[in-house]
Amino acid sequence: MAIGKRTIRVDAYDKVTGRAKYTDDLCDKNALVARIVHSTIAHGYVKTVDTSEAERMPGVVKVLTCFDVPNRPIGTAGHPWHLEAAHRDVEDRLLLNRHVRFYGDDVAVVIAEDDVTADRAARAVKVEYEELPFVLDVREAMEDGAPQLHEEFKNNILGHTSIYKGNFAEAIKEEGLIKVEGWYDTPLVQHCHIENPVSYAYMEAGKVVVVASTQIPHIVRRVTAQALSLPWGSVRIVKPYIGGGFGNKQDALYEPLNAWLTTQVGGRLVKLEISREETFYATRTRHAIRFHLTSYVRPDGTFVARKFAAYSDQGAYASHGHGIAAKGMGAFPQLYPCDNLECDAYTVFTNKPVAGAMRGYGIPQAMFAGEAHIDDIAKALDVDPLEYRMRFVMPKGYAENFSMNVNYADSFRECLEKGMEEFDFKRKQKAYANQTGDIRRGVGVAVFWYNTGVWPISLESSACRMVLNQDGTIQLQMGETEIGQGADTTFAQMAADTLGIPFKHVHVISTQDTDITPFGTGAYASRQTYMGGFAIHQTALQLRDKILKHAQTLTRMPSYNLDLVDGYIVRTTDGERLMSLGKLATDVLYSMEYSEHITAESTYQCNSNAYSFGCSFAEVEVDIPMCKATLIKLTNVHDCGTLINPALAEAQVHGGMSMAIGYGLQEKMLFDEKTGRMLNDNLLDYKLCTTMDHPDLTALFVENAEPTSAYGTKSLGEPPTCSGAPAIRNAILHATGVAINETPITPHVLFERFNEENRFERLKEEQEEMQAQPVGAGAR
Amino acid sequence: MIRFKLNGKDVESKMLPGARLIDSIREEFGQIGTKEGCSEGECGACAVLIDGELVNSCLVALGSIEGQEIVTIEGYRETDRFKVLDKAYMKAGGVQCGICTPGMILATEALLAKNPHPSREEVKVGLAGNLCRCTGYNMIVDAVLQAAEEGDGLW
Repeated sequence: MAIGKRTIRVDAYDKVTGRAKYTDDLCDKNALVARIVHSTIAHGYVKTVDTSEAERMPGVVKVLTCFDVPNRPIGTAGHPWHLEAAHRDVEDRLLLNRHVRFYGDDVAVVIAEDDVTADRAARAVKVEYEELPFVLDVREAMEDGAPQLHEEFKNNILGHTSIYKGNFAEAIKEEGLIKVEGWYDTPLVQHCHIENPVSYAYMEAGKVVVVASTQIPHIVRRVTAQALSLPWGSVRIVKPYIGGGFGNKQDALYEPLNAWLTTQVGGRLVKLEISREETFYATRTRHAIRFHLTSYVRPDGTFVARKFAAYSDQGAYASHGHGIAAKGMGAFPQLYPCDNLECDAYTVFTNKPVAGAMRGYGIPQAMFAGEAHIDDIAKALDVDPLEYRMRFVMPKGYAENFSMNVNYADSFRECLEKGMEEFDFKRKQKAYANQTGDIRRGVGVAVFWYNTGVWPISLESSACRMVLNQDGTIQLQMGETEIGQGADTTFAQMAADTLGIPFKHVHVISTQDTDITPFGTGAYASRQTYMGGFAIHQTALQLRDKILKHAQTLTRMPSYNLDLVDGYIVRTTDGERLMSLGKLATDVLYSMEYSEHITAESTYQCNSNAYSFGCSFAEVEVDIPMCKATLIKLTNVHDCGTLINPALAEAQVHGGMSMAIGYGLQEKMLFDEKTGRMLNDNLLDYKLCTTMDHPDLTALFVENAEPTSAYGTKSLGEPPTCSGAPAIRNAILHATGVAINETPITPHVLFERFNEENRFERLKEEQEEMQAQPVGAGAR
Repeated sequence: MIRFKLNGKDVESKMLPGARLIDSIREEFGQIGTKEGCSEGECGACAVLIDGELVNSCLVALGSIEGQEIVTIEGYRETDRFKVLDKAYMKAGGVQCGICTPGMILATEALLAKNPHPSREEVKVGLAGNLCRCTGYNMIVDAVLQAAEEGDGLW
């Protein structure tokens, strides 16, 4: 069996040797180079673009502006197309925009013979604007009279959805209830994949070909064709290895623009590679969401009524839009069920960079707020926050009506128990109570909720092709993409087992080419192991049937007495190996009577979803006078069902935990209030975690096989980012007694909060008391 | 004409002295294992060895390396040390999307060349200039420690 083994990645050797080819590595070095001219105002209209100086420069091939692009608005989100217009993404931007809506919006493009000329020419393009007032704050943007970004969305509200249940107003009249209320803020952050978005485009045989670093080749084909008003078959997208995506490349970023550029220079090869700075401000971000949560609980801790409000900062264009805030809201009533609910989520345009999909899709935000709030409730009740969760978090058997998800096992409690033990949580919790002095330790816990894939909101469909070679090996092709997570390896493990051939006999074709590769919507929503698994399982069984039918002819044994095991046709009655699959494939292909190239291809439509759960335990050391919180230990426990490859699963969890630590303690995009310009658009000022920024990580698993799944698996790609930040926040609360309701929890934030809570004065008082006491008394 | 040694071979660059070393390596000499992530020395994806020192090649002007010896992943992968490192990286799980990997491997070489038996903390310090968003670094650090053990005597 290949499944369950810590198999080394199929692409590991090519990657360690530097042989793996990414988009830029494949591009011909004679390609024309495109550079984008970005707006230098946050809001307004382009009045004129003077391209004359740029055009006069030797080596400049063409300068195109917002006055030249097709007047066809596009929606860039990497969602499957929907047959009903009401379910489609908002189409609100052109390839280049006259109405610029954030500092860094795309205004013009220079195409030149080389990089240096392109840079110089882009700087020589002069843009004259009619400036409009702009708004950066999500709540201000909702006010009457605020600058309007898109005419059709009044008060800048892109989306507003609600979940109401029971009778909140009546329920809170009950006597003796305890009300806990808080505002919780999450920051704008960026994916920071190390490979910046890059693509190159050319025309061939009447088609526009774009080779791109994308997570979603089939969707990018559709969006590109729409943007250029071309038949969808006239666009071909090729996706080689990509240097990380994390959701940013789940958007049609600059591929449609790049495709259009080649059509403007007679189909010549044009490369469009953006810089790190542009990646920060001009691609996508994680929505910053402000939450207001209110809970009414009885003294015994039971929930009586809860209120949830989320204000999600969309930035300038719709992209993935309201889906993020809506998903975050969806988790709220499911995690801690309550009979009386009023939940509202708003997604609001502001003149900031565009928010899109980012690993976790609204859940890291919602978990920060929701799980911080749970600790606030536990504090108000003076109960142990871990015990509180054990009592009230989603019970076993809980079923949800929309996704039809069922909590089949008691995953939460199993995960919490496993983590608690490894972490030595109870002992530490006790040991760190009642500390005094400058430096204090604390422990915290947080749980998360996650779905698998996008059904029933969107299409869940995945196709697979298997081609048998003469030597008994197969090519496996999927529309689902390898983006660093290890998808190709797990796909090969699944195919090997279901087919009955050795793992090494599966050659996964890592590159997707929309002209060749079967349809798949791509890497997002932590869907691929689950969805791709169905398609692989179904296709492998079809291929196996075909093989066994030929085996019947060749061995003169009934096919029901034959099996394919480890690459051999085996007679099941006595276990005898009758022939190798390689011999069968060769005999069949070259047969003068019944020649067949044995292949199988099928599409699986998935009409299910699956709950994935887990938790984080954090230990921090807080230096109160220095206002510094240091993470000492972080443990994540996940139930993502059966592990296909435990080593890869652990690797995914580590990466997500690191991202969660950055989210909790370090990362934030900062903006100049006066201009709307991003201030820290580089990897020095934007504090991405380095090796020095966090401790070793611990990833543990509980494996409750998911009954709806072909291989017992469910989502894992995104879940590890979801509960780390609130666990850290809760550990700081435990250490200091101070609730920090925003991330990242930097020294600036701690200074303000410690000041507000008089922590510095208290320390002074403590010290004075200590001095008054005889030597040796007092803790630490 | 700037002359230097690239992966053991004497080469001559036709690029201007102000051109970046990374462009010469990738475009003139087709050594695409050197990656570019930020173009300003923050991420380490373009790290190469110049006379054995780890340097971000996006920050190096070609004119400054006349006569020096440059080693990229293409040259380094032919060494015995690499044959220990590649196995350790693969076994420990230090590879995900792979874009930081060549730079990480060369950073590992630079570290182990100076300190063949580093502590876990010393490994972290040694790799602090190389960013990775996929792994959380744990498995990379594991890989370096494994390599140091298995390649005992090579460094």
